[in-house]
Amino acid sequence: MEILDYAFVQRALLAAVLVGITAPAVGIYLVQRRQALMGDGLGHVAMTGVGLGVLLNASPVWMATAVSVLGAVLMELIRWYGRTRGDIALAMLFYGGMACGVMFINLAPTGSNANLTSYLFGSLSTVSQSDVTAICLLAGFVVLVTLGLRRQLFAVSQDEEFARVTGLPVRALNLLTAVTAAVTVTVAMRVVGLLLVSALMVVPVAAAQQLTRSFAATFAIAVAIGVTVTIGGTVTSYYQDVPPGATIVLLTIGAFLALTALAAPLARRRARALAAARPAGDPAECVIPAGRGADGPVGV
Amino acid sequence: MSEAVIALRGVRAELGARPVLRGIDLTVRRGEVVALLGANGSGKSTAVRSVIGQVPVSAGEIELFGIPRARFRDWRRVGYVPQRTTAASGVPATVTEVVSSGRLSRARFGMLRKADHAAVRRALELVGMADRAKDSVDALSGGQHQRVLIARALAAEPELLIMDEPMAGVDLASQEVLAHTLAEQVAQGTTVLLVLHELGPVEPLIDRAVVLRDGCVLHDGPPPQAVGQHALPGHDHVHPHAPAGAEPIRTGLLS
Repeated sequence: MEILDYAFVQRALLAAVLVGITAPAVGIYLVQRRQALMGDGLGHVAMTGVGLGVLLNASPVWMATAVSVLGAVLMELIRWYGRTRGDIALAMLFYGGMACGVMFINLAPTGSNANLTSYLFGSLSTVSQSDVTAICLLAGFVVLVTLGLRRQLFAVSQDEEFARVTGLPVRALNLLTAVTAAVTVTVAMRVVGLLLVSALMVVPVAAAQQLTRSFAATFAIAVAIGVTVTIGGTVTSYYQDVPPGATIVLLTIGAFLALTALAAPLARRRARALAAARPAGDPAECVIPAGRGADGPVGV
Repeated sequence: MSEAVIALRGVRAELGARPVLRGIDLTVRRGEVVALLGANGSGKSTAVRSVIGQVPVSAGEIELFGIPRARFRDWRRVGYVPQRTTAASGVPATVTEVVSSGRLSRARFGMLRKADHAAVRRALELVGMADRAKDSVDALSGGQHQRVLIARALAAEPELLIMDEPMAGVDLASQEVLAHTLAEQVAQGTTVLLVLHELGPVEPLIDRAVVLRDGCVLHDGPPPQAVGQHALPGHDHVHPHAPAGAEPIRTGLLS
C-alpha cells in the first residue's frame, strides 16, 4: 500500500479513524435525546476558536476546543433557564460564533479564506503532527466518557425525570454530554470540517437503527459504520483528489440508504420468525367464533 | 402509628402565576396504599411531582422517610413510575436496557453486577414481561410499555412506589397484571402512593384515598364508595328529564 508511505496520509488516516469512532459514539446520545443538530451548532461556535487561534498564532485545534466547550456550557445553561426564548438565544450563539470566526481570520495577518475552507470542509494535507497529538488526547477523553458512563448517559437521555429520581446527577451528566460533543467537534474538524461534523454524529446512528432493536447494538454498528466511511472517504479523497469531508459524508448517507433498503426484507423475516414462534392457539388473523358470524346475534 | 414515609405540610406550588397547589397536607405511612384522586387540573400530578423534586414548591415542607426532601439522597428506596408518554426516544432500546436503568440507584459507578442483572430479570418476571426482554420497547403496546416502566421502578427493589396514573391508556389485560403485581408488592410491605383517575381494578388494595380539587385536599379517608357507573370519578349525572341546558348534578367529590 504505497498510500501509507506518506506521513501526511498516515496522520490523516489516524485522525479519520478516531473521528469515525468518536462522532457516532457521542452522536447516539444526542440522537436519543432528540438534539441531533446540537453538533451543527457547536461546529459553528468552534469557528470563533479557529479564528482566535489564527489571529493569536495559537493552535487552532486547542482554541476551537476551548471555545466550543464554552459554547456547549452556554447551550446547556440556555436550556435550563431559557425556556421559551431558548431557540432564539441558541441561534444568536451559533451565528455569532460563525461570524466572529470569519472576522478573526480576516483580521489575522496570515489568515485567508483558503485557510478558512480547510476548517469548514476538512482537508487531508493540513493535519499536522501537533494536530494528531491533540486529536488523540481529545478522542481518548470522548471514548472514556461515552463508554465508561454509557449506562448513566443512556438513562439520562432516555428519561431525564426518571433519571433524577434514581439519584443520578442529571445536570452534571447533561453538561458532560454537551462538553463531550464539543470536544468531538474539534476532533472531527480537521478531517470532516466544522460544517459537516454533525452529519457524522447523526447519520451513522440513523443508519444503524435500520437494523437494530437494542441500544448496545446500535452503538456498535454506528461506530463500525463511522470507522468504515471515514477510512473509505480518506482513501478515496487521496486517490481521486476530492475533498475528504464531503466524500465521507456522502459515503455515510450512501450507507444509510443501503441499510434502509436492507432493513425491509429483514423486518419481514423477523415478523415471519415471530409468527412461527406464536403458540398454536394464538392465530394471527381474526377468527369469528362459531355462532357469532355476521348473521348471528350480536351480544354485548 | 407507623412512621410517615411521605409527609407534605402546607405545600404550595405555582405554574407561572397560577396556583396549582394551595397548601396541601398529605401523609403516607409505612405499608399504606394511598390513592390520590381528582379531576384533570386538580393538582394531583403536581403534588406527586413535588414529592420527587420535579416541581419547585413555594411554601410548605416535604419529607421523605423523615428527611427534608432537599437533603434526601437515598433514592434507591424510592421507585417512580412517571406518567407514560407516547414520545419514543430517538434510538431503539430493548426492554432489558430500559429496566436496567432503574437499577442504577443501587449500582456503584453505573456498573451492574450479577445480583443487579438478577434483580432486573426478577422485575421483568413480576410484570410478566420476561419473554419480551430482548424486544425493542417501540414494538410494545401501551399496556406492555407501562408494565416495562413499572419493572424499571421495581428493579431497585424500592420501599416506596410512587406511580403517576399507571392505568392510563392501559388495556384491561395489562390492568389486571398491574393490579396483581401491585398486590404482591403491597403484601411484601411496600408503601404505595398512586395517582389515579379512576379506582378500577386496584380498588381492593387502596387503604385510603386523598381527593384533590383545585389544589386543595377535599377528602382524606376511606376510598369514596359508589356503585357501578356512578363510581367513576367525574361521573356527571345528566338526567334525561332534566330541563335542557341544566347544570349536570355532580357527585361533588371528584368532579
